[in-house]
Amino acid sequence: MGLDFTVVPSYFGVLLMGAGWTIAITICAGLLSFFGGIVFAVIALYGHWSLRLPFRGFAFLFMGTPLLLQLFLIYFGLIQIGIDLPAFVAGVIGLGLHFAVYNSELIQASILAVDKGQYEGARTLGLSRGQTLRKVVIPQAVRAVVPPMGNNMIALLKDSALVSVIGVMELTLAAQQAISRTYRPFEFYLAAAFCYYIVNLALEAGLRRLERRIAASR
Amino acid sequence: MDTELILRVAPFFLEAAWVTIQLSVLTALLGLGCGALGAAARLSRLAVFRWIGAVYVSLWRGTPALIQVFILYFGGPQIGIQLDSFAAGTIALGVNIGAYMTETIRGAIVSVDRGQAEAARTLGLSRWQTMRKVVLPQAARLMIRPLGVNINALIKGTALVAPISVVELTYTAQRFIGSTYKPFEMFLVAGVLYMAIIYAVGHGINWLDRRARIV
Repeated sequence: MGLDFTVVPSYFGVLLMGAGWTIAITICAGLLSFFGGIVFAVIALYGHWSLRLPFRGFAFLFMGTPLLLQLFLIYFGLIQIGIDLPAFVAGVIGLGLHFAVYNSELIQASILAVDKGQYEGARTLGLSRGQTLRKVVIPQAVRAVVPPMGNNMIALLKDSALVSVIGVMELTLAAQQAISRTYRPFEFYLAAAFCYYIVNLALEAGLRRLERRIAASR
Repeated sequence: MDTELILRVAPFFLEAAWVTIQLSVLTALLGLGCGALGAAARLSRLAVFRWIGAVYVSLWRGTPALIQVFILYFGGPQIGIQLDSFAAGTIALGVNIGAYMTETIRGAIVSVDRGQAEAARTLGLSRWQTMRKVVLPQAARLMIRPLGVNINALIKGTALVAPISVVELTYTAQRFIGSTYKPFEMFLVAGVLYMAIIYAVGHGINWLDRRARIV
């Protein structure tokens, strides 16, 4: 069986919709990983030990195991404790938590690197501990880690292909559906790879613009 | 926590861990080979090689590794490449991590001080001699740690062959979750084994890095 790319255009709509879902998952999981990363960083640095210790264990486990294994845990684990989430939500939670742990490591280092004078100045001006963190320290810490967090977002986009395994409808699963009807895996996986590549280029360009804007505002 | 069940499934997981280790070693070796070739291409004097190296890095890093595994395993037979799942998974993952290692190795080589190469050329060493005797020994020290990061990612990345039914740790965990309905226990068993492998390898890389330090 040779190659025949002429079947691909008739599934253009299916692939396009899949790409749309991939973008939606990446945005939702990206936001979760961003804000989750900040929350985790604050817990790891300032949390009470009863919160900090379980978090350290969780982070240790999540950084030492494959994302795919974590997706199975979250998808089947939630079902077992009686929470039956749609696959999309489970996928977003799995991807978001996984990358939140990685983002948290970056933000923790960055928070510690914010000049101590900033913290002391804000406290002297009468801001509470929480206000100081929220309005003075974290905004500066987050700006400093935009480039490495951008790399995590790019990794997230590519790793979003893994949620196809727990049945989330996105680009990879869309390609698989087309394959199950046409028996042309090479053509459709290549088409899917092409779509990922285009979205990836767009994301990289967007992140570069963001970095430039932040560099200019400093 | 069902400890009796964990003891009962443990032998299957240990066998699967051995497959994960084999996958990791073969993938790492292939990745290092591809990375060395890729870095040589990207640093070549010939524009066509530089271009090939750049395209390799961009395409392989710009698309999901899972799709690359699927293209080779499911699509391979269409272009006359018939591989079993273990071989297809190893090759796809090795070439994938090779693209990341290309950048790691290239980065280490270009961060060796330019003066070193200039001085060696001035002393009459050929371009190849300069590379082999002056630049590479210094670059090798610089690349141990970042290559360690690539290898850490690669070990976790071997889970991507589970969807093509290679019986490694993640596939085994998935199978037992399906048959026992104990996702937490199975995750924990597989997780402990993954972390043992990653910890051991990380330890080895730290040891190498310490030994390679000049001072």
